Amino acid sequence: MDAFTTHTGIGVPLRRSNVDTDQIIPAEYLKRVTRTGFEDGLFAAYRKDETFVLNNPSYAAGSVLVAGPDFGTGSSREHAVWALMNYGFRVVISSRFADIFRGNSGKEGLLTAQAGQDDIELIWQLLENEPGAEVTVDLRSRTITAKGIVAPFEVDDYTRWRLLEGLDDIGLTLRHEAAVTAFEARRPSYLPTTIDA
Amino acid sequence: MAGTLSERIWDAHVVRRAEGEPDLLYIDLHLLHEVTSPQAFDGLRLADRAVRRPDLTLATEDHNVPTTPGPITDPVSKTQVETLRRNCAEFDIKLFPMGDVDQGIVHVVGPQLGLTQPGMTIVCGDSHTSTHGAFGALAFGIGTSEVEHVLATQSLPLKPFRTLAVTVDGALPEGVTAKDIVLAVISRIGTAGGQGYVIEFRGSAIRALSMEARMTVCNMSIEAGARAGMIAPDQTTFDYLRGRPHAPTGADWDAAVEQWSTLRSADDAVFDAEVHFDAAELTPYVTWGTNPGQGLPLSANVPDPESFADESDKASARRALEYMGLSAGTPLKDIRVDTVFVGSCTNGRIEDLRAAAEILKGHKVAQGVRMLVVPGSTRVRLQAESEGLDKVFSEAGAEWRLAGCSMCLGMNPDQLAPGERSASTSNRNFEGRQGKGGRTHLVSPLVAAATALRGTLSSPADL
Repeated sequence: MDAFTTHTGIGVPLRRSNVDTDQIIPAEYLKRVTRTGFEDGLFAAYRKDETFVLNNPSYAAGSVLVAGPDFGTGSSREHAVWALMNYGFRVVISSRFADIFRGNSGKEGLLTAQAGQDDIELIWQLLENEPGAEVTVDLRSRTITAKGIVAPFEVDDYTRWRLLEGLDDIGLTLRHEAAVTAFEARRPSYLPTTIDA
Repeated sequence: MAGTLSERIWDAHVVRRAEGEPDLLYIDLHLLHEVTSPQAFDGLRLADRAVRRPDLTLATEDHNVPTTPGPITDPVSKTQVETLRRNCAEFDIKLFPMGDVDQGIVHVVGPQLGLTQPGMTIVCGDSHTSTHGAFGALAFGIGTSEVEHVLATQSLPLKPFRTLAVTVDGALPEGVTAKDIVLAVISRIGTAGGQGYVIEFRGSAIRALSMEARMTVCNMSIEAGARAGMIAPDQTTFDYLRGRPHAPTGADWDAAVEQWSTLRSADDAVFDAEVHFDAAELTPYVTWGTNPGQGLPLSANVPDPESFADESDKASARRALEYMGLSAGTPLKDIRVDTVFVGSCTNGRIEDLRAAAEILKGHKVAQGVRMLVVPGSTRVRLQAESEGLDKVFSEAGAEWRLAGCSMCLGMNPDQLAPGERSASTSNRNFEGRQGKGGRTHLVSPLVAAATALRGTLSSPADL
């Protein structure tokens, strides 16, 4: 995973709440067995509407998605994160994220910046008035900057540290393999295995 | 004994705890399916890592499988299923492929084999893993990176979940089911109401539910945004488990039951939040919109978006009515459907099929309505056929299918056409979930069957 310290890119205002992972990438696009190429399915249904924000050339190269509350609800599909990242997004800003989506994003290096809805409203207005305006998201200071707007955002300390360092979770856990082995020795004998009974 | 049920199970699975870091939690059972696992296996190969505990891992084919006889014809679906087979062979993981008597939807297969047991931690790259919480297990959906993590380490770094008690007391009226309970809960607390929480369902109405009904309730916890749903194990749980292929036997059974009997929240346990429901006030529920929180009693009318207090709820309702092709004020019971789907990990078990068959028996599905009945697993199908339920469905004019996820999501041939409307016993009414442009009303198996007979959203009491 690449380290993330700060990112500046075109902001994309997505004025919708409850954007579930079926909207981010519909099931029919989930059949690939790679982690790449999912950008074609990103917001596939929305993109059929010519007024959809990403169909506006000013926003098409966006990399900071500014979404309504409850982004990423529903299915656990990490394909939603891959689709956003494959398209070019590095940051999603929302006032509320669904838990699994936020976890998946942290594993892949997509920053989910939780900001206040009032600040998001200001950023939306800026981005709508000035299509193509840039947004800077600084993970070190946990600050979003866009023109005159300076807004704080929340991200938990552990995810922030991992993103700043670009650390691989599995590698971190494997440092504690002895603890896993010790735990296994204490497990009750009646617990099932999937070996034929 | 202190703490809530989920906290106690959590604490019993902590491999390592350190200040400022997530807990490292041991995982007792890891379930896999073809959609969310291929990239995880690729990651293992790239890093030259092994699967730590293939004996605690199980795979089944469900999302892509056609429910009519014959091979998968979509080449991309076929590749995904073949990739799972190759990965399971390479890493020595037990797999139930299409055609195997134990194949089925992953969340139906685990419980029916007795692999899902109280007090366990269970994960799967699938949000409906919450289903297994019905046994008093801590079970939750994970993403593909976490699938890879569990394959490599049999553990996951996680921050403790908050706890929410949903208490449902009293007796359910006739014709009101587990599905109606959970739809009512989601409508009340919203799709974000459970965010960050494990929901523990409690109260006399929950205790009175069968294991299969409890699975329906826990299954949809995720639709309220919760990481997991769970119900403390009791005699109903033990009776269900006894004699199942992977349930303990002999002295192990006694030791297990003794331990399981202690698995409940302490009397003085403090939940981070609590909600109460009176079962006697519940009625058959149906969703009118495009998220599972947009639901109402079947006797209600389509709501006016302007009646919502919150601006974002108003906008969401306006968009939902437009997508659903509905106008405010229309009685829900006047809504005509094209398709009725009975199945999925929410309502594809034998009791669900029996309930639907009971309503359909001796009647015909309404003119112009297509009804699909899809068992959640091959064993459920065989059980239903041994009881003659397949005949009941066929004689009523419904299609009796093979096991799979089917019309719950548009990944296999069973889909709605654009603009087509369904009454569905599945779990999500998102835009396009059942096929591009499809319109979904979530209902119980009883409402699904009654709707199939009348052609409009109906409960058995309307027949």
